[in-house]
Amino acid sequence: MATTALPQRGYLHDDTPNLGEWIRSWLFTVDHKRIAILYLLAINFFFLLGGLAATFVRIELITPQGDLMSSDVYNRMFTLHGVIMIFFFLIPAIPAVLGNFLMPLMLGARDLAFPRLNLLSWYLYMFGGVFALSAAVLGGVDTGWTFYTPFSSTYSNSNVILTITGAFIMGFSSIATAVNFIATTHKMRAPGLTWFRLPLFVWAMYATSLVIVLATPVVGIALLLVAIERIWGVGIFDPALGGDPVLFQHLFWFYSHPAVYIMILPAFGVISELISTFSRKRIFGYEFIAFSSMAIAILGFLVWGHHMFVSSQSVYSSLVFSFITMLIAIPSAIKVFNWTATLYKGSISYRTPMLYALGFMGLFVIGGLTGIFLGVVAIDIHVTDTYFVVAHFHYVMVGGTIMAYLGGIHFWWPKMTGRMYNEIWGGISALIIFVGFNMTFFPQFVLGYLGMPRRYHVYPEEFQILHVLSSAGATVLAVGFVIPIIYLMLSLKTGRIAGDNPWEATGLEWRTSSPPPTHNFEAIPVVTTEAYAYPPEAAARDAAEWRPGSPL
Amino acid sequence: MATTTPTTPTATPAPAHEHGHEAHGRELLHHFESAQQQKETATLGMWIFLVTEIMLFGGIFMAYIVYRWAFPDVWAEAAHHLNTPLGAVNTVVLLVSSLTVALAVNAAEEGNRRRLLTMLGITLLLGATFLVIKGYEYSEKFAHCAGAANPVAWVTGGARLGESECLVPGRNFIFPEAHGAEGAEAGHGTADSYAQPQAGLGSPYQLFYFLYFVATGLHAVHMVIGLTIVSILTFIAWRGVITPTYYTPIEVGGLYWHLIDIIWVFLFPLFYLVH
Repeated sequence: MATTALPQRGYLHDDTPNLGEWIRSWLFTVDHKRIAILYLLAINFFFLLGGLAATFVRIELITPQGDLMSSDVYNRMFTLHGVIMIFFFLIPAIPAVLGNFLMPLMLGARDLAFPRLNLLSWYLYMFGGVFALSAAVLGGVDTGWTFYTPFSSTYSNSNVILTITGAFIMGFSSIATAVNFIATTHKMRAPGLTWFRLPLFVWAMYATSLVIVLATPVVGIALLLVAIERIWGVGIFDPALGGDPVLFQHLFWFYSHPAVYIMILPAFGVISELISTFSRKRIFGYEFIAFSSMAIAILGFLVWGHHMFVSSQSVYSSLVFSFITMLIAIPSAIKVFNWTATLYKGSISYRTPMLYALGFMGLFVIGGLTGIFLGVVAIDIHVTDTYFVVAHFHYVMVGGTIMAYLGGIHFWWPKMTGRMYNEIWGGISALIIFVGFNMTFFPQFVLGYLGMPRRYHVYPEEFQILHVLSSAGATVLAVGFVIPIIYLMLSLKTGRIAGDNPWEATGLEWRTSSPPPTHNFEAIPVVTTEAYAYPPEAAARDAAEWRPGSPL
Repeated sequence: MATTTPTTPTATPAPAHEHGHEAHGRELLHHFESAQQQKETATLGMWIFLVTEIMLFGGIFMAYIVYRWAFPDVWAEAAHHLNTPLGAVNTVVLLVSSLTVALAVNAAEEGNRRRLLTMLGITLLLGATFLVIKGYEYSEKFAHCAGAANPVAWVTGGARLGESECLVPGRNFIFPEAHGAEGAEAGHGTADSYAQPQAGLGSPYQLFYFLYFVATGLHAVHMVIGLTIVSILTFIAWRGVITPTYYTPIEVGGLYWHLIDIIWVFLFPLFYLVH
């Protein structure tokens, strides 16, 4: 009703008379696309900051002695890296940037269900970020991102409360986003868009949102209790006061294990889109991929104890947690096999997003399989708190989430900005990141297996060669991250005009203009087909028409 | 309402808000298709939020279960020192306020503005009463720490407390002698070694009161938020925004109020009635 009269210009269109108005039009916007851009800028800022901290960590580890920083400064540095990367980059990255931008477009809605709540979530994110940053500026935190008690609650002399407050506030930002996504998916789908016609990205975001809504408040209360314990010196996690420090670990991991699925599930969604689009084939086993997301979301709540195999947990509960951890491999493997089956006989084009997607599959398989090693109690006890664990979760988080995030950014960049990025530089940087990543983290598996513990800044001489290799890889990785920033910025001015559907993809988001108008669609689309309705002969036709130099 | 209005004052022939509001009510936001859809979405959003609230308190309930399991005798002892009559009164106050909120939703549905305002007003009063009583209970505990028999005596410098008692967790925590000694003499149960009266740090009795203060404190924070929401609802109802076709704010706000009520229904027996 009455949609025809709504202004239908690109959401980036600027008609503000002066700078003040322009700032207002961005900072008080309730357009999900503008909020996604705000998130994009903020989240990338935090990513660079977390990367800077990682740089110092890697520089320190080049030599076996502690020559760049003291052990105390080193503690603060890796904590800064962990807190920023996890709470302010990995958890919000794909949902808040790509999810915010795409959910209404993919659902054929004009906006998210609660636009003002959406804006509030960005302010909460920034507010939490200010707390975390001020904690870093005022001297940092030395507890590690896990805030284990009683060290964090009683003994640490660093800015624990400020950091905890930042993470607590950030949690509510996630919750606001998740509430929005769930309500939007349920109530605002376009006519004809049934649940099994939804893009798999939407399924993934829906599963993620369920996890966020159920898990985040628990870490909120756990962190709140730590803060209260510190402020008033009363004990709930302090054994000297009758409290139980292991209770904190339970509450913390009840969130923080599902949180790794908050990081990886959206990535799965992105990869499903990329694989299907660049194979020119309907996705193989749609329902299985959709339900495997839900299965991961549910099982993810039942495995937190595998972080606590050495925390005085009963050996029987360890066995149960170990078993359920194995179960999670099933839905994860279902996804990977289905993507592989989608590639089979597809018309694969190695555009930048596809390079990231293929890189993701390789790295995620390594990360996932080493996760199974770690799920076995005996092996886990052997490598607990070593670089093996560090390498494992970087393979999943960096190799998984960041690869998918970058792939998604490239894939939807023409939709977000209306312009194409430089394909050659895109391909080069994707390869650099893949090589740099493996060079950084593969040696860490070896290091960990040989017994190098995490969170130490001095180490025996014999580990130096592997550490130097790792630090060199980190340099390559850093170069790989800087190149996209440059060519993506340049593309805003000089990029080729993309057109509405540069990839010939099927999603609803490609049916509107690039960049989309403020209310997304000229008229609300009516959906009559499945999500990945590539004609069955598309791949064969592409192959027949292929000639050297063809972009597809 | 202005939320979906782009900041485009003049440029095109169809300025932002000129399109047919006559076609639908003023309250229908542009990104919704129908009032029905908007109402369902808002209600669903609130239900999802309530789930997160329950998980938030769930963390405290988990801690409660763990420590009650570890120190059952301590829990039974400690509950004696909470003011059960006042807690019971508060329970009744909250239950009645839930009734008035439900009646307010009903009044809004029927378009009875007068009854709507009355019911919201009563809810506000009951909510405030709850907070006042809760505040009195807290101040009683603090007064005991200061050595006064009750909050009034604390201010006026009146009657002193017979035996020393301080149930506010912290360095000065003292659990009174008599009950603690009983526990020790009984000589059974796992909590024996802990059930001694202990001053200051190191007393598991502290855990009970710590959880009591955190849980009821967090609940009180929610009460304050709830009161703010009901005040806003009263204001918009007074302005005449609420009509029989548009009373979603009352319904959604009411859901939140019921949640606060339900959480208290669990907190009351868990802390006051476990002896």
